[in-house]
Amino acid sequence: MTPQEAGEAPETTYRNALGAGRLLLQRCDETGRFFFYPRTISPFSGQARFTWEEASGQGTVYSTTVIRQKPEAGGSYNLALIDLAEGPRLMSRVEGIAPEAVTIGLPVVAFVGADEKGEPLLLFRPLEETP
Amino acid sequence: MTLRGAIAAVGVGTTPAWNTPGQTSLDQLAVAVSAAAADAGIAVSDIDGIFTTTLQQFMPAMSVPEYLGLKVNVLDGTNIGGSSFVAHLVPAMLSLSAGLCEIACVCYGSNQRSAGGKLMTLSEPMTFEAPYKPRSPIGAYAMAAARHMYEYGTTRRQLAEVAVAARQWAKLNPDALMRDDLTIEQVLAARMVSDPLSLLDCCLVTDGGGAVILTTAERARDMRHEPVYLLGAAAATTHRQISQMPDLTVTGAVDSGARAFAMAGLAPDDVDLVQLYDAFTINPILFLEDLGFCPKGEGGRYVEDGRLAPGGALPFNTNGGGLSCCHPGMYGIFLIIEAVRQLRGEAGARQVDGAEVALVHGNGGQLSSQVTALFGTSSTL
Repeated sequence: MTPQEAGEAPETTYRNALGAGRLLLQRCDETGRFFFYPRTISPFSGQARFTWEEASGQGTVYSTTVIRQKPEAGGSYNLALIDLAEGPRLMSRVEGIAPEAVTIGLPVVAFVGADEKGEPLLLFRPLEETP
Repeated sequence: MTLRGAIAAVGVGTTPAWNTPGQTSLDQLAVAVSAAAADAGIAVSDIDGIFTTTLQQFMPAMSVPEYLGLKVNVLDGTNIGGSSFVAHLVPAMLSLSAGLCEIACVCYGSNQRSAGGKLMTLSEPMTFEAPYKPRSPIGAYAMAAARHMYEYGTTRRQLAEVAVAARQWAKLNPDALMRDDLTIEQVLAARMVSDPLSLLDCCLVTDGGGAVILTTAERARDMRHEPVYLLGAAAATTHRQISQMPDLTVTGAVDSGARAFAMAGLAPDDVDLVQLYDAFTINPILFLEDLGFCPKGEGGRYVEDGRLAPGGALPFNTNGGGLSCCHPGMYGIFLIIEAVRQLRGEAGARQVDGAEVALVHGNGGQLSSQVTALFGTSSTL
């Protein structure tokens, strides 16, 4: 039985996996295309026919900016759109290098960090710096 | 039913100032509606179709008629961001043409500046974006600009050309808020907010309200001013959240523009002036490409050498735009108002000689909604 057949909301399935350090994506059964964010139906087929698959975690920076902020307000930080190897694009932040050093086309890999409330948060770091 | 030229703008009005501490958004909206009604030579109570939204009213299509003391036959509070008021032209056109209402009013008001400058919003949080603190909306526009630079070699100097052209128009408009000299070097040297956009690549934060009165072409001919006809209008959306935009260098203006031009039976070459929603300097560059004024990727080069400035080949945002005239949270209504004033020939020092066709293009959200409208004088019918 799939999580959804068991009555679980797709976002819950996604977040539970993220909390366990895994990036899950939905894949449309009709078209084979992956989609993000989690939904009850596939935006490609209009039907609730999809399969959860673990993503590779690999991606490329599609675009990036530095949100400028004074040091006393927390300092400047990166904001980026990441194209996952599986196809979907999502918003995230690239860490591990200076925000200004994040460039379009940079290969990145996912990791699970935490947001300000301590909740699991999908983040990325440059592929080359990954041990 | 032929929609081209079926309705016309017969009255426009704004608040007299862009900083009005103590006044609510509805206070300012009402001042603008009253001014537009006076301009049209009607009573506010003649309005029987209301098309409105604000950033502070959850149910604006009820709050606005209540404040104005109106009993309306058609009400529409659709909110697709700053383009909403251009989008309202579509249902207004259909409602007036079908006889569901006789006098339509598209209107807006905001106290964004005096309320502290934050972009007030009733929006739900974007669950998959908000944790990354995107400083909406500028983070999204900055990433669109960065991508356009990456793909097409667009430069910060070209972005700055947009801000400088807007300022040169504002200097000709006594009602514009920012009328000091502005150079490309000043834009480049301004404090960076979200790379590659500096403070002077961003629209203003003001108070203000605006309103447009519309009616059928038949009724319009008996009213105070020469009617300004709506020749075509169309809306499009490509996403809500910036992460869902298919291509950050191609907006829904491709779609809205093609449909609006088709309805109007016009092409970019026929346009005498453009009013493009300039929330950030990258916007007009994207829209000029997507609306067909230049090929994709050429927008940066197209705006160089003052093409959009007074004396240039394509008059743009002749009131000074959101960059230099006013930007009270949502700007779309002011695009229409300036187009009407130009086509009436009452724009004073900034008047575009012989203007017969004006293109209005609204943008909403994070490049999320795109709405194009074409207006013309009676000579275009």
